[in-house]
Amino acid sequence: MSRLETSIAGIKMKNPVMVASGTFGFGKEYSDFFDLSLLGAIVTKGTSLEPWDGNPPDRIAETPAGMLNAIGLQNDGVDSLINEKIPWLRQFDLPVIVNVVGKTVEEYAEVARRLDGLDGVAALEINISCPNVKEGGIAFGTDPCMCGSVVGAVRKATSLPIIPKLSPNVTDIVQMARICVDQGVNAISLINTLLGTAIDAETGNFKLANITGGLSGPAIKPVALRMVWQVAQAVDIPIIGIGGIMTWEDAVEFLLAGADAIQVGTANFVNPTAAIDIAAGIDDYLVRHGVANVSALVGTVELR
Amino acid sequence: MKSAITGKIIEHEKLPSGHMRIILDAPELAASANPGQFAHVLCFPSGAGYDPLLRRPLSIHWADATQGQVAFLYEIVGRGTAILAEKCPGQTLDVLGPLGQGFTLPTTPTQPVLLIGGGVGVAPLYFLAQRVINIVGYERTTFALGARTGPLMSWCTDVYADLGLGETLAAIASGSLQPDIRTATEDGTCGCQGYVTEVVYEYCRNIDKSNPPLVYACGPTPMLQRVVDITKSCGLWCQVSLESKMACGIGACMSCVVKVKSGNSFEYLRACKEGPVFDADEVIW
Repeated sequence: MSRLETSIAGIKMKNPVMVASGTFGFGKEYSDFFDLSLLGAIVTKGTSLEPWDGNPPDRIAETPAGMLNAIGLQNDGVDSLINEKIPWLRQFDLPVIVNVVGKTVEEYAEVARRLDGLDGVAALEINISCPNVKEGGIAFGTDPCMCGSVVGAVRKATSLPIIPKLSPNVTDIVQMARICVDQGVNAISLINTLLGTAIDAETGNFKLANITGGLSGPAIKPVALRMVWQVAQAVDIPIIGIGGIMTWEDAVEFLLAGADAIQVGTANFVNPTAAIDIAAGIDDYLVRHGVANVSALVGTVELR
Repeated sequence: MKSAITGKIIEHEKLPSGHMRIILDAPELAASANPGQFAHVLCFPSGAGYDPLLRRPLSIHWADATQGQVAFLYEIVGRGTAILAEKCPGQTLDVLGPLGQGFTLPTTPTQPVLLIGGGVGVAPLYFLAQRVINIVGYERTTFALGARTGPLMSWCTDVYADLGLGETLAAIASGSLQPDIRTATEDGTCGCQGYVTEVVYEYCRNIDKSNPPLVYACGPTPMLQRVVDITKSCGLWCQVSLESKMACGIGACMSCVVKVKSGNSFEYLRACKEGPVFDADEVIW
């Protein structure tokens, strides 16, 4: 077994580095820059039952060490995923995790049902935390009852491993994690973006047409790291750490805090090869520290 | 496989117009770039800083495949371009490109062409003008250039007058050929007083309808909207280059979308992939 090899929710991965939903499309654009088989896994752009138009522009605003986005989950719907995107991704030796979105509990469950047993889909990440759609999305991730019902419905609809992606826009992230565990999820991804806004002082306008958006990038890393550590203390299922990871050092910090794997998101926009560069950096770290396998690092942060 | 290119800065200066021009030694980029395409430029060396975080899309001002060089023309508008402006010759820049779909070039050598630029929108027009002049010749190419004030404009007109190649340049020097450059400044210090769109309107009123011109425009959105009103009312083919807030620059993130017609409805297309150049009659303003 190689140093970086790991497994989460039964998904065997060459390394613990995945690419985060919404930052990597369905892989095609980035396949011009590197062999996608080098990734631990790909998490696809959020996919809904029917195609969604997304929000009007401007959809992003840069902020100090970060960015706000309000894309609004523009996507071609699950049929296009099944007929075009998944078949294309099958050429790679790469676990594919489909990020699932919906406006109602039934929509989430229906997308999950359609993907159940589909060759080339390793797991489902349930997006209950997108702050940029009017119905569904974040509402499911911030209300404990709705969270339980959507995760429960997806659980019944599929035999695939399911991984809810938690919102940081809650008072108690541990409570949300426990609700998901009670519904029989196989792992937890955290965090999604933090709700924010930006205003242009000169024009007096909001910078985003949607007014609010989700903050990502290095600016949110301390919040993400804290939440990963808190959830890792509280639950016994694998954790995928996400939030502002730009370098291998950031990634190692998440592993030490208790993440079994990590996702690279906004960094992909700055450097198209960020994810595989980070994987190589983690490998060097393991060699330097004499660690035989990356799993030995997980949750080993020392209290001081 | 594509990759980000590390290009050495050959020249970097502030032009009389106030625009910054940076020339990079980047043979791969120079060889493959087309007019209207852009490069996505990292303001900091990788890992040296996170504020600003994202790359900056800069349209390609010219590309010289023989010399292996490309130039960008930009305006200092914020933190990113201010940091970029501090870079010195000999240092390197990390660029991704060429990216996006450029302009559709004329196919008929007898077709007149109108090239419209406003403000720093003159940048990609230069590269386009080189190719256009190669196809339709100097005598069928008209420039309509706009700026706030004369000093901004004088530089532009000089640069554009130099566009002729070989014999054409000699003809310009001897005075036997006058390049057709029409200008407008908001304060009237160069050319007509007012907006370049008034120059465009005058031009379009007097076209030969049996051989209508192709129109290309690049500049601020209000200017483009007015240009498209005019070209539409005259039934002219027109392409515009649009600016958009952009993150990845390669088509993955869906940040930079432009609203375009799709059947009886609309769809959002990516400025970085399907654009930044769009057919004017597709765009919903």
